[in-house]
Amino acid sequence: MRTPTMLLLLLAYATTAVVCLVGHRRLGAASFPLATLPHLATFTWLLVVGGDVLDGTPLVAEVTWVGPLELTLSLRLDGFGLLLGLLISGIGALVTVFSVGYFGARDERARIAGLLTLFAGAMLGLVWADGLLTLFIFWELTSIASFLLIGTDDRSATARAAALRALLVTGAGGLSLLAGLVLLGIDSGEWTLSGLIAADPAGGVVPAALVLVLVGTATKSAQFPFQFWLPGAMAAPTPVSAYLHSATMVKAGIVVVARLAPAFASVGPWRPIIVVCGVASILLGGVRSMRQQDAKLALAHGTVSQLGLIMVLVGLGTPATTYAGVAVLVAHALFKAAWFLSVGAVDHTTGTRDLRRLRGVRRVPLLATSVMLAAASMAAIPPTLGFVTKEAALEALLEGGIGWTGTVALIGVAIGSILTVAYTVRLAVGVLGDSTTADDPVDTDDQHHPGPTLLGPPLVLALLGLGGGLAAAPVGEALARIAAALDPASGEGALYLWHGLNPALGLSALALVGGTTLWWATRRTTATADAPRSASTVAYDRLYETLLSGSRRVTGVTQSGSLPLYLGIVLLSVATATGAALAVDRGLLDVGALPVANSPLEVAVCVATALSGIGVVLARQRFGAAIALGASGYLLALVFLLQGAPDLAITQFLVETVTIAVYVLVLARLPQRFSAAPAWAPLWVRIALSVAVGLSVAGFALHASGTRQEPSVAAEYIERSEPEAGGRNVVNVIIVDFRGFDTLGEITVLAIAGAGVVNLVAAARREQRRKHLEDGTDVEDLSGRAPEVWR
Amino acid sequence: MSVTQAGLLAVLVSVGTFLVLHRSLTRIILGIGMLGNAVNLLILTVGSTPGEVPIVGSSGADRMTDPVPQALVLTAIVIGLAVVAFLLSMAYRSWTIDGNDVVEDDLSDRRIAAEPDVTQDFGDET
Repeated sequence: MRTPTMLLLLLAYATTAVVCLVGHRRLGAASFPLATLPHLATFTWLLVVGGDVLDGTPLVAEVTWVGPLELTLSLRLDGFGLLLGLLISGIGALVTVFSVGYFGARDERARIAGLLTLFAGAMLGLVWADGLLTLFIFWELTSIASFLLIGTDDRSATARAAALRALLVTGAGGLSLLAGLVLLGIDSGEWTLSGLIAADPAGGVVPAALVLVLVGTATKSAQFPFQFWLPGAMAAPTPVSAYLHSATMVKAGIVVVARLAPAFASVGPWRPIIVVCGVASILLGGVRSMRQQDAKLALAHGTVSQLGLIMVLVGLGTPATTYAGVAVLVAHALFKAAWFLSVGAVDHTTGTRDLRRLRGVRRVPLLATSVMLAAASMAAIPPTLGFVTKEAALEALLEGGIGWTGTVALIGVAIGSILTVAYTVRLAVGVLGDSTTADDPVDTDDQHHPGPTLLGPPLVLALLGLGGGLAAAPVGEALARIAAALDPASGEGALYLWHGLNPALGLSALALVGGTTLWWATRRTTATADAPRSASTVAYDRLYETLLSGSRRVTGVTQSGSLPLYLGIVLLSVATATGAALAVDRGLLDVGALPVANSPLEVAVCVATALSGIGVVLARQRFGAAIALGASGYLLALVFLLQGAPDLAITQFLVETVTIAVYVLVLARLPQRFSAAPAWAPLWVRIALSVAVGLSVAGFALHASGTRQEPSVAAEYIERSEPEAGGRNVVNVIIVDFRGFDTLGEITVLAIAGAGVVNLVAAARREQRRKHLEDGTDVEDLSGRAPEVWR
Repeated sequence: MSVTQAGLLAVLVSVGTFLVLHRSLTRIILGIGMLGNAVNLLILTVGSTPGEVPIVGSSGADRMTDPVPQALVLTAIVIGLAVVAFLLSMAYRSWTIDGNDVVEDDLSDRRIAAEPDVTQDFGDET
């Protein structure tokens, strides 16, 4: 069904963003309340149309831009898009409410509100996009919004570097994604996701294209080996991190993988890449999270781990794993956003996020409830949504049937669950427990307590995580109808709070016991641990440094500063390219077909012209050179005449006369001989280069003169010359009539050049007169004397 | 285009290139003038074959040489004059300011060539 509503909503986001960014001085406190409006509108609309969409009638919207190039802005809202839209607008609304309290009266609030709104619109466009190129455009827009938001604190070098790193990594990944999508589009002839999935191309370039797509999705969703930008992105304000870097933007890669996996998961490299990168992210993120002292950073590394889990689930592409992936995605968005907002509230209240210094958070009841519920969901403790979805994930993986990749994924997820419990317990204890070790603890009792805008949003999200678990059956059913949009077979999935004693429950229990034990065993070593730089970061930084210094070095070698050398290189390239083409393809130059000369007189005139041209080089004095140039110009007029161009010959004759006059006027004031500046290259090199250029241009001309394919437009000009312009001389008619405006432009150039000449000469005159007055040198004496430097 | 004309073109372009590659501004201007002539010759000879003067009534249209390249070159000749005149007055100005008409090396380029290494601040690892 067609509807323009999606486009209107995106427009509403864009308008709100522009209003916030442009009017940031006036909006002030109104900016975040204003920014909630598009979120509320979108959320409400999605709830209204949700029933129809889940029944299997996707809504579509299309705006054609350049039809023949397949450049169409095409959106398509299916069940999966509905779910993501609800998450983006719902969490978006909560984050903006939270921001009202978090940013208070800070100056940059309107700017952040505008960028957040811009981002939300781009993200909605991304998850609703059906056109491959539409998808890419929104994908890049989210990268740019993320860059600007990470760099909010633009006076901090760390924040700037982190923003740049995130932009470069996700931007490079975006290009890889684009290349992959274009290859898929060309191969299948389908330029929409729905069409592409239906066409299900295989073989040929498809595996290579899929690898490119996976590289793109891995950068965006912070998957190994590109995970390193995400912890750095925590330089952004906490509400931004909660929204972009846990709940929404980092899910972009997962969205693309989820849409493509049912069709493409069985293609050669897909599952191995997904499983290896995903499991590596699960383990790395989990281990690194244990070693962070900053609660937000611990969460960020945990996000890498959780994203790895979702990526593995949706990437394996079986009906059961797809269903589980969608379920875990929802659970993760809820508990991770709740966690981030809680940490933001703690930070806002106490001024620190250091796990070693916090005291008394548990005595702020609403905050403590949010943290505990979010932690329970994250550690998959029953009866939260985190638990029931994790059960679904383990069950789907235990189903097997996809070879070694499924086994590796199961083992990875099982170990990952243990790690998840361990870092969650550590984080919860760190935030809620009273520090005993730090020298400078911060106690909430000494601080003002956070207001309702700071406490409400995380609590809502955390309670949703609990309610989703308690209402596992209806939630599971709704998710099944959503997952059916990705793979109809996923519509069979269901969530159970109690599923009997089965291996999945056993693994969950093992994770809880193992994780708690792991936390207990390592709680002292991790309290002092300092996270080392990750190998990926080191590799990235080294690459970046090498790129910068390498390009500078290349500049140093190629750009020596000598202008004649630059010119020489340019001309050499011209001569080499033309010469090589003529040398390789002998057919290009058919000299035999051309006349040696048009008339004997032509030979004589050409030789004379050439000789006087050479005379210009040989002349030792400026005057001699100028006169040789004039002679060659006059002789050239004869060549024109022989060609049948008397108008040209006359013009050349007149212009040459004027040119000589100008030369004489100027040269009379310059020294007689040329200055003996040191040459940039030996004489033979310069001569060889010049001859090479001359020969290649002549070769090109000989080739070009035999390649005319269409008749000249001259016939038309000749025919219309007398009846339309009343002139017989066709050249004159072209210049003053048919192409009169060209001539007007030419005259303008001439006038500007003339004005320039007059001014330059007048300025020089004034200066000489002043010099003359100052030190008594004779004005005329200056001419003819070689400069001190070169004498 | 005849081979003879191509030969003349080769000589004019070679001479112009050689002059342009000098450090003396005067020679460079002479070279630009020479290259201008050469290119005019190229356009005219490549674009048309010799024939009767393109004046209606003097001969039949099929025997006339093509007037279009002529119109193009005519404009180019005049622009060439403007360029040379402007460059010459710049050379003159340069001479009155620092007493020579030599094209100097680009200083900022030289600086980069002398110190190619840079160190960047990447901020703290997080």
